[in-house]
Amino acid sequence: MNKNHRVPSSRSLNAVEVKSKFGAEFRRFSLERSKPGRFDEFYGLLQHVHRIPNVELLVGYADVHGDLLPINNDDNYHKAISTANPLLRLFLQRKEEADHGTFGTDSLTRKKNTVLSAVLLRPDHNKKKPPVIISLPKDFRPVSSIIDVDILPETHRRVRLYKHGQEKPLGFYIRDGSSVRVTPQGLEKVPGIFISRLVPGGLAESTGLLAVNDEVLEVNGIEVAGKSLDQVTDMMIANSHNLIITVKPANQRNNIVRSGVGGGGGAASGSSGRSSDSGASYYGYSSHSAAASIPPHIIQNFPVGELESDEDEEDLVIEAGGEAEPIRHVASNHSMSSLPRYEPHLNLRTATTPSPDRAMERGSLEEDGTVITL
Amino acid sequence: MKRFRRHGQESQRDRLKQELFAFNKTVEHGFPHQPSALGYSPSLKLLAIGTRSGAIKLYGAPGVEFMGLHDENAAVTQVHFMPHQVELVTLLDDNSLHMWTLRGHNGLSELLEIGRFTLTGPPGAPPSVTRVTAVLAHSSGELLLLGTEGGHVFVVEVPGFRELEERNISLDQIASSVPDDYIGRRNLEHVEALQENPVDPDQVIIGYGRGLMVIWDLEKKLAIQHIPATQQLESVCWTEDGKYILSSHSDGSYCRWMVGGQDTNEEEKSDIPYGHFPCKAISKIVQLPTEEGPPFLLFSGGMPRASYGDRHCITVIHGKKHVALDFTSRIIDFFVIRDGPEHTGEPSALVVLVEEELVVIDLQTEGWPIIQTPYLVPLHSSAITCSHHVSTIPLKLWERIFAAGKHQNAHYSKKPWPVTGGQNLAPDPPQRDLLLTGHEDGTVRFWDASGVCLYPMYKLSTAGVFHTDADPNDNMNQGTEGEWPPFRKVGCFDPYSDDPRLGIQKIHLCKYSGYLTVAGTAGQILMLELNDEAAEQTVEAKVVDLLQGQEGFRWKGHTQLDIQEDPVMFPAGFQPFAVVQCQPPAVVTALTLHSEWKLIAFGTSHGFGLYDYQQKNSVLIKCTLNPSDQLAMEGPLSRVKSIKKSLRQSFRRIRRSRVSLRKQHVNTATKLQEANARLEAELAEMELAPVQRKIEARSSDDSFTGLVRTLYFADTFLSDSSHNTPSLWAGTNGGCVFAYMLRLPSVEHRADEPVTAQLSKEIQLMHRAPVVGIVVLDGHGAPLPEPLEVAHDLARAPDMQGSHHLLVVSEEQFKVFTLPKVSAKMKLKLTAVDGSRVRRVGMAWFGSSRTEDYGESGLLVLTNQGDVHVVSLPHVKMQVHYPCIRREDVSGIASCVFTKHGQGFYLISPSEFERFSLSTRCVVEPRCLVEAPLHSGCSNQHQSQPDGASSTHRDADSPDSGVPQHLEK
Repeated sequence: MNKNHRVPSSRSLNAVEVKSKFGAEFRRFSLERSKPGRFDEFYGLLQHVHRIPNVELLVGYADVHGDLLPINNDDNYHKAISTANPLLRLFLQRKEEADHGTFGTDSLTRKKNTVLSAVLLRPDHNKKKPPVIISLPKDFRPVSSIIDVDILPETHRRVRLYKHGQEKPLGFYIRDGSSVRVTPQGLEKVPGIFISRLVPGGLAESTGLLAVNDEVLEVNGIEVAGKSLDQVTDMMIANSHNLIITVKPANQRNNIVRSGVGGGGGAASGSSGRSSDSGASYYGYSSHSAAASIPPHIIQNFPVGELESDEDEEDLVIEAGGEAEPIRHVASNHSMSSLPRYEPHLNLRTATTPSPDRAMERGSLEEDGTVITL
Repeated sequence: MKRFRRHGQESQRDRLKQELFAFNKTVEHGFPHQPSALGYSPSLKLLAIGTRSGAIKLYGAPGVEFMGLHDENAAVTQVHFMPHQVELVTLLDDNSLHMWTLRGHNGLSELLEIGRFTLTGPPGAPPSVTRVTAVLAHSSGELLLLGTEGGHVFVVEVPGFRELEERNISLDQIASSVPDDYIGRRNLEHVEALQENPVDPDQVIIGYGRGLMVIWDLEKKLAIQHIPATQQLESVCWTEDGKYILSSHSDGSYCRWMVGGQDTNEEEKSDIPYGHFPCKAISKIVQLPTEEGPPFLLFSGGMPRASYGDRHCITVIHGKKHVALDFTSRIIDFFVIRDGPEHTGEPSALVVLVEEELVVIDLQTEGWPIIQTPYLVPLHSSAITCSHHVSTIPLKLWERIFAAGKHQNAHYSKKPWPVTGGQNLAPDPPQRDLLLTGHEDGTVRFWDASGVCLYPMYKLSTAGVFHTDADPNDNMNQGTEGEWPPFRKVGCFDPYSDDPRLGIQKIHLCKYSGYLTVAGTAGQILMLELNDEAAEQTVEAKVVDLLQGQEGFRWKGHTQLDIQEDPVMFPAGFQPFAVVQCQPPAVVTALTLHSEWKLIAFGTSHGFGLYDYQQKNSVLIKCTLNPSDQLAMEGPLSRVKSIKKSLRQSFRRIRRSRVSLRKQHVNTATKLQEANARLEAELAEMELAPVQRKIEARSSDDSFTGLVRTLYFADTFLSDSSHNTPSLWAGTNGGCVFAYMLRLPSVEHRADEPVTAQLSKEIQLMHRAPVVGIVVLDGHGAPLPEPLEVAHDLARAPDMQGSHHLLVVSEEQFKVFTLPKVSAKMKLKLTAVDGSRVRRVGMAWFGSSRTEDYGESGLLVLTNQGDVHVVSLPHVKMQVHYPCIRREDVSGIASCVFTKHGQGFYLISPSEFERFSLSTRCVVEPRCLVEAPLHSGCSNQHQSQPDGASSTHRDADSPDSGVPQHLEK
């Protein structure tokens, strides 16, 4: 039914058609794609058109895969607008009645299996998994972020990769190299550590924040100068669950420009130089792999201290009871509960045959100029 | 706990740290790697060894040793003591000469370099003109004669290294006087030998490579006599009475020439001792008189080229006695020690430096037996595969081990060690310490590591328990009747292992009970007990299947060893009484012994087991194998090659690294230049071959996650906080800790009721780093004592009132958990902060240097960066850290072993342990004094001794009085 709506050429239209549902009521209106405005304005607009000025709302929209995703800040709002094709379907709930479980994978299209699941078949697909629970949108777990933009020189970038319980590999390699420093004596060649390779489909690549030949300056706040490649490797692996890398990007044209909040259009990333590029690669990803779940990198949205607190991963302790038999018995609940369980947000699992309409969509994306490799 | 520390307390703690910890590298044990030169001072009774890495080491009486290092990265090619002085001169590969002295300081002597010198030729001369090939330290103590490649002899005044140009003996001066009929007169070649006339210090003989020898008068500056030998010259020796000259040649011959006022150009005697067929060169010859009877003739080399050209021999001929001492490695040099206060008496001992050991032969006892060396022992006579240190050995056990070792040393000479120079002023060691080294050939050597000399006490061989391919009669190829040359094997360096499966991997000795357990490469674990009598017994073997039905496994490694089924005769000492064989027969990676509970625990890459050695019964087997781990599933074969290769590389690196490590005082400018050059080279290398490292979080599917890294017995609170029970802890490579509760029958039923083990806890560290150490801390935060330690009143009983804590050391973190309910309490991250990983960990007790009664326990840590750290207990706070081993020195880091009193050992070469100390109180270092010889050449016309440790003999009397003794004051 919405096949036709997904024809990407319609994205060139300047207006976004919005169909908003609250309870049994629908409202329809349109927004200008190029000037979507801010989220709070949009929120006010919704309250206005539904005539519920004092009701706290939870705003969700159906994304391109038919998943119900939240709109609760500028970023995901812009994302929703930019991906609407052209219809943006909104679902409003009263906050107090809200069923958080409604957000998530396949939430709208549970019957329908997608080609993606076939592509991305995970080895443990036959395991009975508990239904994916998605918490409040504000608790959405980021996958990567640029942090400390305000304190770093513009030529540097501090990237945080969140490995928490993800199946996706970090996926990058580092090497020795030399970089040139300016010293009072003139230019000086010093040894440095560089990113040498990004694994396709890995966390590092999917963020678009790290690139080959970026020089690694710090790992979790500790300078790597004077450390050997092996030491830096070990530091990164030891911090892999929550890795913060400060790099000097090889491509300095892409630096963050601090003025101006969120450009329009597809690149809510704040990158100025090649924004269209990164946007395109983002789509490329989202359409061909389970990486579909990757939200755009978020700039300074997460209070750093909060996540840094003790990070660590609790160790898993299995206590055997006093039974006579030395049976290894699976964790009693108290010890298990201490282990945070993070599921990948949107698991498109369950194997099926590729459905034709997906294949078509892929074709149309290629039309759009995005290189897709499988 | 002490969260609200004030400033004052911090600085107080800092002061305390200074009282507790200090890092020192104290002494090197073992045999210097790649020796290249030998020297001996008969007056000081000190021997000196120079090495290819530029180190110079002096040894005297046991405990007297000095070490120096040349700044140049060049091999020491010659070492010459200045006669009757405390100075010595070294010649390096780069043609530089160095003057060293033993200077007194605070009542102790220290070895100092006091000068350096390089010959400068006339401008425009080719470098060969000044390339030194022969050195003579003149008996006057004031002159050095330097023979060069160009054939000149330069005279240099020492100690100032002032060239005395007017005294130089140029080639032209010699050539003009050479008889016209001498064949080689057109090209005399380099100066091969320089010798002083033992009775007339004004006369020196100059031997040229082509064969010509010239006796030169230093005062009159003219040639007295020409000796026209025609074979390539190898060495020259002037007999003690000054009447004859012996020359040895490259064709395996030696000649004796009469010294006369007139030119007697006839050789008096010439011989090719192993002749008829072509022979190899005699590289050095020495003749020494005896009071009565024939003289001793000693020479090295000269073997028949075709049949024995590969042997390393020194021939000793005395009257009818003729022996070719056959060494297992290349001969560097030799000298003879003589009796008497002036070192002119009977030859008493032959000291031979070969590439891998120092051998001393008693020339006065029938059969010329070997004198056991108290130091310089080749640790690597078979390659060291592991080490284990036990502190504070009870006297009783010490004496029994010593007695067992005495039986083994019966074939050594009874004579005392002949090198007796200097005084050892070090206090007696406060305790008896044993260092046990496991070797590739299945032996375990016990070393007295209490003091400066690492003295061999006892050697245990485990090979007898097994059938091996080796034929026991194989190395009995000694002296068949009438063999020529009359070979006699000497030396103990034997790097060839019969069967690599015999290699020892883990050792654990209980010093109270005398029980020893050793584990090897083919999954064998031996239980041994000390017996003062030889005994014949059958060893009971138990095969333990660690796979426990795990499927899909293919073992591609070696087979297990076959046990001797017949009773075996075991000599007095440690005798095996039980053997456990792991199946698959993989390398044993962890081993521990609890002599009070009579249990051993062992682990491999497949799992671990618990064995009751009283009932000779397996108690527990646990497979830790991860079915998706292909490498562990297949066994070690594929990895062998790469390990060997990396070892080889790291040894190669050692050679380089040791040199740069010892460099001390190069001026900063050159240092900077060097560093830049090195960096350039390194960068260039990098650009050629970029090395990449993958950044990936560890997963449970990584290789060898099931490998058992550590095993630990503890009596602690495992299930509830009111009852302590025996327990076994195991840590794996995959960051997993297993805890088993053990139930031991009461003492009276210990022999018949079974011991049981039941899994009580399993901890998976989320960072998944290999667990390298597990320790339980008592209520006071002190580590639990060793088994039987309390029973012997040697340790305070652990505090069982307060709650116990579990310390888990992984390669990346130190983590303290509460017990009995395991929850994380404190931790210290290492890798996440500085990128280094824990390689070795040990518990140690540190005493304060200020007060006798204060001390604390600490955790000693060695990282893969070669740094040592001390971590406090129970708060796991970093106390101090010091760089110790170069990080490229992988084998050094792997060989490190800690003592319980804050010292440690690591291999700086295959044959040498470096000893270091982190404790202020427990330091073992040489403290010795060498006094300048009283004799100042005022007497004695006949005291010279051609001991010539180097190819020149420099020691002669000085009839004129007053050899200056300046400099050593």
